[in-house]
Amino acid sequence: MSTTLFDKVWDSHVVRKIKDGPDVFFIDRHLIHEVTSPVAFLGLKERNNSVLFSGRTFATADHNTPTINQHLPVEDPLSANQLKALEENSAEWGISHWGLGHQNNGIVHVVGPENGITLPGATIVCGDSHTSTHGAFGAIAFGIGTSEVEMVLTSQCIMQPKPKKMRINITGELGLGVTPKDVALFIISKLTTSGATGYFVEYAGDVFKQMSMEGRMTVCNLSIEMGARGGIIAPDEKTFEYVKGRPLAPKGADWDKAMTYWETLTTDEDAVFDKELTFSASDIEPMITYGTNPGMGTGISNNIPSADQVEGGEATYKKSLDYMGYAEGEAMIGKHVDYVFIGSCTNGRIEDFRAFASIVKGKKKADNITAWLVPGSHIVEAKIKEEGLLDIFHEAGFVLREPGCSACLAMNDDKVPAGKVAVSTSNRNFEGRQGPGSKTLLASPLVAAATAVTGVVTDPRTLL
Amino acid sequence: MAYDKFEILKSSAVPLPIENVDTDQIIPARFLKATERKGFGDNLFRDWRYNPDNTPKEQFVLNNPTYSGKILVGGKNFGSGSSREHAAWAVYDYGFRCVVSSFFADIFRGNCLNIGVLPVQVSAEFLDKIFKAIEADPNTELEIDLPKQTITLLVTGEQESFDINGYKKENMLNGFDDIDYLTKMKDEIKDFADKRPF
Repeated sequence: MSTTLFDKVWDSHVVRKIKDGPDVFFIDRHLIHEVTSPVAFLGLKERNNSVLFSGRTFATADHNTPTINQHLPVEDPLSANQLKALEENSAEWGISHWGLGHQNNGIVHVVGPENGITLPGATIVCGDSHTSTHGAFGAIAFGIGTSEVEMVLTSQCIMQPKPKKMRINITGELGLGVTPKDVALFIISKLTTSGATGYFVEYAGDVFKQMSMEGRMTVCNLSIEMGARGGIIAPDEKTFEYVKGRPLAPKGADWDKAMTYWETLTTDEDAVFDKELTFSASDIEPMITYGTNPGMGTGISNNIPSADQVEGGEATYKKSLDYMGYAEGEAMIGKHVDYVFIGSCTNGRIEDFRAFASIVKGKKKADNITAWLVPGSHIVEAKIKEEGLLDIFHEAGFVLREPGCSACLAMNDDKVPAGKVAVSTSNRNFEGRQGPGSKTLLASPLVAAATAVTGVVTDPRTLL
Repeated sequence: MAYDKFEILKSSAVPLPIENVDTDQIIPARFLKATERKGFGDNLFRDWRYNPDNTPKEQFVLNNPTYSGKILVGGKNFGSGSSREHAAWAVYDYGFRCVVSSFFADIFRGNCLNIGVLPVQVSAEFLDKIFKAIEADPNTELEIDLPKQTITLLVTGEQESFDINGYKKENMLNGFDDIDYLTKMKDEIKDFADKRPF
């Protein structure tokens, strides 16, 4: 029978099928961070259990870490306590730990791929919904809750019903100034934040074939924002090229063996999906959100739709626009902005900073804008310096911070103040996501850069 | 061992007729800094429930003494966004044992089931009936019968059945969780791991 890429990877990880229940699903690689793991380790102790395979779990600190002065002790006692718990739990169980200041430290979904933890055909989980990022490599990767973190520590398995399968095809070529972020925001705007709930999505078609690994990670990262558990893209030469030589990737004979397996990871031509959608790349322009969920996005040159043009209840829609202080029919271009944030597991990779630099080069940051440039990892930070991007940023009046999740969820001090508007390359524009009372417009690094130099929402195509 | 058994729950309900309630609203990220599972109920719906100076927002339903009960009734696509289990903990710690909606986000639904909060998915029409019944009488009661997999609006007797897989149902009825199951499988899992290529 013809099968999909997703079936191949999923089925090969089922340890046991439970009748009228979930699959006992084996996890190859488990990523943990300081926020969603401490209670799991507590549970482990309370039950007198131990970590089954310590070599399959990898810890990094990212969610609540400061992005300046990382060499100093963390001031917030609660954050410091979580970081200490991660360090101590890792040490106790012999788990690899990249704490604050470690050369490999960074956002969990940036450092996984960088270091070869992320591999095609693997199953990867983490107590973070953006674990879907790793699907860019042809892995099955998704976010889990803390109870499941404890399950993986204890048994290297979780209990999961197999999701349904959806394929999203995008044909043609992306236009000037249209980035992977725009592709993802476009899809979410079409499907809504619940349109793919219950599904695992395979992205296919010319656009994804042409896309870089960084771009694929951005798209897969945002799969959760349409409700999907994860996204997956068939591995190809670009994938293998990216993985080869990474510190934790297979080497020598193991590499050859892995390649033999990885080359089988494609969807059979006549495989059938539960749902299949096709869009044309030419319909996608730079995107921006105007509301309080990632599905409330539109092409940047459009006006804010009226309630009758969107799915869902009118009351919820109006509540959302009220929060933003926007009205139906208003233009997004020219909207006032106070903050620009580039970073996060969505857009905190080297390519994102290259894109940002391509616009701000030779220009100046607008006076009304506070900009936070936060690399996804120390490796990204080093590349920014190596490639001369840091000089471009400095000349344009920008400062580079140290790696972490930062203003994406504002667990550290990087909080957008109440009432202020941020154009952010991150993944969620929920009420107060970037700080209590803050307002978020999600966009690509190019839109963020164009906005940072003009001081208002700006179509990057006018500056390219 | 993991949580209280769930069989039949008869209770009034707290209505939250808003769609796409995300887990950042259920519990904002800045309240995720504990290393123990304690006290999350205090911050349930923190920014909808309290002003920046920590005074209660009178109009929010949790601050309205008219509404109470062990059942939270939310709009479509409840629990979207972050995978933080803290959202389910906050719901539980506040005192809810069941969340009713016409649609749940996947991870939130799973997290609820893993800690003993029953997610009950009903049709949009039935959800509407529940909201209207609560509006008419805030003390109106719902009965959630897990063995029969039914939810009943007691005032009219209107009833709908809901889905839950047999395995999870048994777990909820007995207060078992997945770890109880998985720890009995360790040898089988070790054999499986030996055969993995990486």
